[in-house]
Amino acid sequence: MIDFGFTPLVASITDLDKANVNLAKQLTEQDPSFALCISCGSCSATCTAGQFTKFSFRVMCHQIRKGNAKEAIAEASKCMLCGKCTLACPRNVNTRNIISLVRKAQTTTP
Amino acid sequence: MNYYHHFVIPFTAGLLFLVIVVAAKWIGWIKNLDAEQKGLIKRNIFGKASLHATWEVITESLLHRRIFQKNFLLGYMHMSLAFGWFLLIVMGNLETRFFTHGQMNPPYVPIFFEFFEHDLSTLRYKEIFTFVMDFLLLFVLSGVALAYMKRATSKPLGMKKATKHAFIDKLALTSLWLIFPLRLAAESVTAGLYDSGGFFTRWLGEAIVSLPGADMLYYPLWWAYSISLGLFFISVPFTRYMHIPTETLLIFLRKYGIREKNEHTSYTQVELNACSRCGICIDSCQLSSELGISNSQSTYFLKSLRDKKTTDYLTETCMLCGRCDFACPVGIENSTIRLNQRRETPASAINFGYVPTIEASKGKIAFFAGCMGQLTPSVTKATLTLFNAAGVEYTHIDKDATICCGRPLQVNGEESAAKELAQKNKQLIEGTGAQALVTTCPICARIFAESYGLSIPVYHHTQFLYQLAASGQLKLTPTSNLITYHDPCELGRGLGIYEEPRELLKFAGNLVEVKSSKTDSLCCGGSLAITSINQQQRSQIAIKTLESIGANDVDFVATACPLCKKTFTAASDENAILDVSEILVKACTNSRQSLKPEQKQRTKETSTVN
Repeated sequence: MIDFGFTPLVASITDLDKANVNLAKQLTEQDPSFALCISCGSCSATCTAGQFTKFSFRVMCHQIRKGNAKEAIAEASKCMLCGKCTLACPRNVNTRNIISLVRKAQTTTP
Repeated sequence: MNYYHHFVIPFTAGLLFLVIVVAAKWIGWIKNLDAEQKGLIKRNIFGKASLHATWEVITESLLHRRIFQKNFLLGYMHMSLAFGWFLLIVMGNLETRFFTHGQMNPPYVPIFFEFFEHDLSTLRYKEIFTFVMDFLLLFVLSGVALAYMKRATSKPLGMKKATKHAFIDKLALTSLWLIFPLRLAAESVTAGLYDSGGFFTRWLGEAIVSLPGADMLYYPLWWAYSISLGLFFISVPFTRYMHIPTETLLIFLRKYGIREKNEHTSYTQVELNACSRCGICIDSCQLSSELGISNSQSTYFLKSLRDKKTTDYLTETCMLCGRCDFACPVGIENSTIRLNQRRETPASAINFGYVPTIEASKGKIAFFAGCMGQLTPSVTKATLTLFNAAGVEYTHIDKDATICCGRPLQVNGEESAAKELAQKNKQLIEGTGAQALVTTCPICARIFAESYGLSIPVYHHTQFLYQLAASGQLKLTPTSNLITYHDPCELGRGLGIYEEPRELLKFAGNLVEVKSSKTDSLCCGGSLAITSINQQQRSQIAIKTLESIGANDVDFVATACPLCKKTFTAASDENAILDVSEILVKACTNSRQSLKPEQKQRTKETSTVN
């Protein structure tokens, strides 16, 4: 095969019937703005932590929706709570609150 | 003379109980203070501080000066109850002493003196005593009447919202409210039956005893008066009325220099018990006035903490803006207690292992723009333009990469995580060899100054620029612009910096002062200390705050915090919201560079401002 310098994405299909989306449900209930995210990435672009490590609020939200709560919680531990993402978000997602709720979920979510 | 009757038992037992419990609590609290706090007491107890404290007890616990400043009627209500009752006790004691020629009497004798002695003809200054005692009773009753009225409608007393009290507090309140009407009734009936009493009780008594069967009320009324006193005394340690004895202790400890620390101490218990749950904090809170969240204010939070039943909701639903700290007539450090409670339960393991060591070039002045500075490049640019114009040798230490100062984590109770970031930043700052640290962000400035333990002074840019302007290093020519200034919470109430930004603005234009400013200024709503309110709610708060500073009557709204600026800008397209530095650039005569105006200048004609 010719090397183009990139390869097609490995399929990452999530079967939502089987995935444990408890955290996503719980978050939507606790802070409905969780459902407003359109994954535009403004949060990641402005992120202070994101300058130094692979941390992205947008990706964390994806992980939660796909049922990877553990990964999401590990991601949330990197946030500095500085609040720039909240100001940058065009959808008014209450990002800092969601981070706080995810951090608390560490002990409460099954 | 031996004075006794069975009805004095409820009063005497209640008083004894109260004295024992209060003494035990005070001793316990003082014993549990830490060594440093005890040292402060030892050092100051025999000095001027005790005199100052005594004076404050008179002006606050008795006269309620601070409540008078809030509202005259509310102040009068508290003063008549506290000072009136106090004088009634003092005069009653004097009267008894005079009558019995200095004999020591059990504590109930002055209280029920009218019962024990009907013929006061041998009392020296009898006319004066009987008049004064009646007058004082009426004085107290006028306060009780206002208290009744306040339950029905608190608006005339300057309070939009009053605290919702627990059942036991209402019970204590009822017994307190009964004490003085019952005293009046008992004394009047006695005066009517025995031709004694002063101008009012005699007149009222004669009217009452002219009714058939009124003489049957004689003993029951004295019993009822004694029982209401006893019930009230017994309820004090379990209710908000514990504030009456505790406020006195608090005033003394505070005058000795004791304050809240980074964690709860025994002093916190004194503060919790000194809260009278008056509810003045509710009206001062913008969560209540703008968003209708009226169940998380300090009055409720402190009670929950005192009862050891506090919840995450109460601990977290607060902007830590500090308005209630300044509104509180008792002077309780509400925000610090709430922050310390957040520190008790850090959310989780936070992992900052990825944060690298950051280095910056050397310079005389280290300049830090902070995270919010990255979102408001115009503020950074304006500040650095002014630095250049004044010939400041600076190094912009977070130009390329920056980590957070740690304050947002700190205000959310994540103290150890905040320390981790602080350590990294401290290395960065100290590595530059700078003689001073200047930041445009009050949020960063607060933690730099209070928690970093830096060996160099920390200045907010308005302080630093003011030094430059005052010394003539920065040359400014006033423009004709009308400017209003918004005090950021962290800068004003947080760090006590009110004057420098104002003086700077006077160099640059016409500063318009508004009513709710300085310690009374409103929060912009952008507070990082609360996460549960959303952006719409923040904008709702911001719009009201803009209104309060007369934003529509001026050319520019000035603030000194990039987060305030962002929050206001998001809430309103109508107003030109600029940082103090951006306004200074417009007036700076030795600035070679010019800044493009970031905001469209309003064309609306502005005339006079009230």
